Amino acid sequence: MSLIAITEVRKRFGDNEVLKGINLDVEAGEVVAIIGKSGSGKSTLLRCINGLETIDGGSIMVAGAHLAPDDAHLRALRLKVGMIFQSFNLFPHLTAGRNVMLSPMVVKKVSAKEAEAEARARMEQVGLGHKFDAYPDELSGGQQQRVAIARALAMQPLALLCDEITSALDPELVNEVLQVVGKLAGEGMTLMMVTHEMRFAREVCDRVVFMHQGRVHEIGPPAEVFANPKTPELQQFLGML
Amino acid sequence: MIQFSTWDILRNLLFAAEWTILLSLVAFVGGGALGLIVLFARTGRSTLLRRVSILYIELIQGTPLLMQLFLSFFGLALMGFDVPPWFAAGLSLTLWTSAFLAEIWRGCVEAIPRGQWEASSSLAMTYFEQMRHVVLPQALRIAVPPTVGFSVQVVKGTALTSIIGFVELSKAATMITNATFQPFLVYGLAALVYFALCWPLSKSSQILERKLNVAHRNH
Repeated sequence: MSLIAITEVRKRFGDNEVLKGINLDVEAGEVVAIIGKSGSGKSTLLRCINGLETIDGGSIMVAGAHLAPDDAHLRALRLKVGMIFQSFNLFPHLTAGRNVMLSPMVVKKVSAKEAEAEARARMEQVGLGHKFDAYPDELSGGQQQRVAIARALAMQPLALLCDEITSALDPELVNEVLQVVGKLAGEGMTLMMVTHEMRFAREVCDRVVFMHQGRVHEIGPPAEVFANPKTPELQQFLGML
Repeated sequence: MIQFSTWDILRNLLFAAEWTILLSLVAFVGGGALGLIVLFARTGRSTLLRRVSILYIELIQGTPLLMQLFLSFFGLALMGFDVPPWFAAGLSLTLWTSAFLAEIWRGCVEAIPRGQWEASSSLAMTYFEQMRHVVLPQALRIAVPPTVGFSVQVVKGTALTSIIGFVELSKAATMITNATFQPFLVYGLAALVYFALCWPLSKSSQILERKLNVAHRNH
């Protein structure tokens, strides 16, 4: 069975239907890139998967945990998928290390000592072992985003959702973040990422999903999607870049 | 006829000012604790609790403190509870303070960017965990100046309790005036005592505001 199963998901904001029946299954260890114009629903889809948005129809299941609006279901779901945001969203009143330690201690009731050991390992993993005691505003955007990745990893999720995680970064900082994500992909982490980094999508992802007007318009391995786009919309989207 | 020296008057006013301070502290501590509960209801996910807290805040903010004092003093007596003035005064000031503090703090909680809520949600924290570990520590920084500033209102609000017979600074001033027939001197001194209580508070509010703004860092 797939790790993430998205079935006929519909979502509307007022009169505007942003997701018009999305079907998408992601296997464990798969790396999926979601591309498309802004307003095509790609970020909304990602936000639905860990319950930041409610859905109006269909179902989402991650490793046996159903998306449902009540707290218990949301918690179970969010323990399985982590999320990384465009704007990092580190907690500014805590050091980088404390950012990583917080959720395991609060949510999983891990002891401070264990949480610290785990946090140090995760910070090392994203190449920031030496920044453990730095506050977020002392870090560059790329470093903050890597701390955010470490923070999500410390909860030991089965999958990570990445919502345009390099879009807020200066060009020279994009690569350090992509390297970390690429390494995670290589280690077998399941990733769903909304991205504008086409080169990265081509090199690292197993499948590319092109979304258009709230639907999955085209889907396939990157070689096929990028080399032989079948629909005029995807041809136009790729040509525009 | 007994003669009162200015020192006699001042000394008696200062004795009474102790009750003003005590009542202010009770209102502030009690109102703060209750205000925190109202804040959680006001910003939480339960629609019912949110509506109840909005009604509570609007009722208290939309009626004069004097009416609330009358209602708790005379109203409770009509219902058969014999309430002493100090109890009615403490109760109404606590309720009054809680409504205003809850509303001040709500503004501070809502000033925290949505991304902080989303990030902590995605880490599987519950509403209380988010408030406790992520939102309130950040909101606290912006809440300090307006909270200290509001404490001045509480101190001045205690003057109203003289009307239901609670002997604090204002009531003592009235009583001394009745004995000395020197209203200008007595009320003038009472006003100075209020000023001596309030000025340090508003000054520290200003200093805190400047300090927390200059140090724009979040730690």
